[in-house]
Amino acid sequence: MLAFLIRRLGQAFLVVLAVGLLSFLMFRFVGDPVVSMSREDATVAEREELREALGLNDPVPVQFVTFVGRALQGDFGISYRNQRPVADLIAERLPATLELVFAATVLALMIGIPLGVITALKPRGALSNIVQGVSLVGVSTPTFVTGIMLILIFAVTLRWLPSFGRGETVDLGWWSTGLLTASGWRAIFLPALTLALFQMTLIMRLVRAEMIEILQSDYIRFARARGLPERSINYRLALKNALMPVLTITGMQIGGLIAFAIVTESVFQWPGMGLLFIQAVQFVDVPVMAAYLMFVGLVFVALNALVDVTYALVDPRLRVRG
Amino acid sequence: MNNHINICTGAFCAAIIAGGASAETLRWANVGDILTLDPYAHTESGTSSFLHHIYEPLVRRDAELKFEPALATAWEVIEPTRVRFTLREGVTFHDGAPFTSADVVASITRLTHPDARARGNLAGVETAEAVDDFTVDLVLNAADPLLINKLTGVFIIDEEWLIANDATLPGNTTTGVVTYASDHANGTGPFMLESRQPDAKTVLTANPNWWDEPIHNLTSIEFLPINSDATRVSALLSGEVDVITPSPLQDTERLEAAEGVTPLQNPSLRTIMFGLNVARDELHAGPNGGANPLRDIRVREALWRAIDMEAINSRVMRGKARIAGSMIAPPIAGYEAETDVKPDYDVEAAKALLAEAGFGDGFSTNLDCTNDRYINDEEICLAIASMWAGIGVEVELTAQTRSQHFPKVDRGETDIYMIGWATLPAMDGFSPLSAMLATRDGDWGGNNPNGYSNPRVDELAVMSASEVDEDKRVALIEEAIAIAREDIAYIPLHQQPLSWAARDNVDIIQFPDNYFRAWHYSVN
Repeated sequence: MLAFLIRRLGQAFLVVLAVGLLSFLMFRFVGDPVVSMSREDATVAEREELREALGLNDPVPVQFVTFVGRALQGDFGISYRNQRPVADLIAERLPATLELVFAATVLALMIGIPLGVITALKPRGALSNIVQGVSLVGVSTPTFVTGIMLILIFAVTLRWLPSFGRGETVDLGWWSTGLLTASGWRAIFLPALTLALFQMTLIMRLVRAEMIEILQSDYIRFARARGLPERSINYRLALKNALMPVLTITGMQIGGLIAFAIVTESVFQWPGMGLLFIQAVQFVDVPVMAAYLMFVGLVFVALNALVDVTYALVDPRLRVRG
Repeated sequence: MNNHINICTGAFCAAIIAGGASAETLRWANVGDILTLDPYAHTESGTSSFLHHIYEPLVRRDAELKFEPALATAWEVIEPTRVRFTLREGVTFHDGAPFTSADVVASITRLTHPDARARGNLAGVETAEAVDDFTVDLVLNAADPLLINKLTGVFIIDEEWLIANDATLPGNTTTGVVTYASDHANGTGPFMLESRQPDAKTVLTANPNWWDEPIHNLTSIEFLPINSDATRVSALLSGEVDVITPSPLQDTERLEAAEGVTPLQNPSLRTIMFGLNVARDELHAGPNGGANPLRDIRVREALWRAIDMEAINSRVMRGKARIAGSMIAPPIAGYEAETDVKPDYDVEAAKALLAEAGFGDGFSTNLDCTNDRYINDEEICLAIASMWAGIGVEVELTAQTRSQHFPKVDRGETDIYMIGWATLPAMDGFSPLSAMLATRDGDWGGNNPNGYSNPRVDELAVMSASEVDEDKRVALIEEAIAIAREDIAYIPLHQQPLSWAARDNVDIIQFPDNYFRAWHYSVN
């Protein structure tokens, strides 16, 4: 088991390194940070000096090795944009993104599972057809469109909820939370719903498919033959079994939600990592972009490794194959 | 600006009453957050505009953008390279420390440090020397007629505060020096920093001990960055904010129709123009590596004549731009109405000029534009590309993000490219003369990548740099701007509008330099 873990960790490290290298190669095409950093009428010499000072004249491999060397010591550099340490910037934005992703996941489960059950139990009912139809729209509408629609309805027309921001936050020292104030709850609802929409339809469809399959399986038939109440068959037996893959997928999707949060965060001015990243791209803030991409890579790798380890614990055969 | 008497009905009423508790708070939503609180660590005018509420310069601009004493009450050139400033007495910083000449010396020293990113804003100043507690000399390396212009953007920080917080050195991205001043502030300005959450909210409160008589009635300002245009407009419509900067032009009609809000539009200083590959033998984008038609002034004139600016203004700019013939806008020193004339839109004349130059069958080249820098930049280029097609000039349009566009322009790899110039922060015609018209060489021509070169213009640039007689200096700049117009070194298009929008109960002045100066504003 230890060997398995070490191998997994080694692979995870390689993946993160590869993400870093790929993003570094990409930065060459994002543009030139010196343009954003210097004055409008800066002289050629001024710009060249800045370029030299930032190490942008070094060959890309040298820049990459320098970056990785520093990152290994926990130093992600200083943001070109606002000259603050990148690690601080990310730590400052992480709570906002994680709270948004958490709220979106809870919302997706709370709405997705019941809808999945309803559509599975009465696959041909009118309600099922409506839910199925609406979910198709939900899954195919781009996030920024849903976000703006929700703002127009709930913020501009009804004026029930704020259109942007995180509301009042409470600073716990190492974590700033919006979940302890009423305005924070009001503020998180629309962005969480926007972010959850895709996930919600996915969960609904998954629950529906699993339930329909399970409801036709032998042990459900036996349960029916034994005369168990319908309620207990549907929820005790069928739903419980249908939820296993749903929870796995939901866990795996968290990485995706963090990555997708970029669009939601920029529509709702949610002060999280996605917004930080978008602004970094516009400014060509290489240290922030590199750290963000490596962080997201790390989240994906960690979630996958976690799932692998759990499976290996459950199923000894996987340990042998590695 | 309209100040309607609001008749309170329904949901709108609820919003007014809800906002009533903090009636003198100005909630200002801007497209981006400020980059830093350290005035010397950035070169972005949006950040300067915000920091001007907390920090103040020796000389500031008044409501007409004329110079006005701020922390200095008088100044005098005692030698060509030594300017003496008399400082205002009785001014205190927000933490209560008195303002003296030591603060000016510490600030100038910090700004001219090699690590200060904004040090170019005060190029030519060697040192600051305190003569007594309220007199300071700035020592220059050469006579500088634009010193006062430059100083309007140089904010003064408290020396003791810098020392106490180990922030006497500016931050440095390369060596990893992070300064306390990047997330704390202590100025003399009309507003004090109350709290700051990057990308979320920065709150300023009115400074009760401000040296100047306040004409504003604000008790606080909430600065709320909202990056997405649609969200920013929604926040104004829903009553969550009082003013938005900028307001998208395409939402003007919607905002006009909405109750309780008014779009505010005025010409800005920023002239949008096309730079041209005027000097090279060949086009970068020539299909056969053929001769460069843009070297011929008749071709350049044909291109200019073929642009129907009226149509672009009415369709793309909703009638809010100001059509330009000169590289600089009217409020800028060096502007003359005679040079600000666009040649008439005339397709036949344009075709005739092309034929005369030997390009009767037209030619093809590239047009490089931004798509996220100027108002409706890509749309303007699309429209002009189709107008040029009408005289046989086929351009392949590349519209891309600014961080890709400007490096390409800077490397001189473009034939026709879009550029906007506002002459900020100096607000002076010397800015385009030295950066865009002078031949590229050392400190000159930083934005003249395609080799436009006119010996008389270079001469004028050098002469005006040290001419201390203001009338003579302005005449030199006027001559250079007129030559550029004669040579068609650039094709000016228009001054883009400043487009903001505000609730009807706020009184706001739009300044052509796009600065937000809330000490002139009030909430009713």
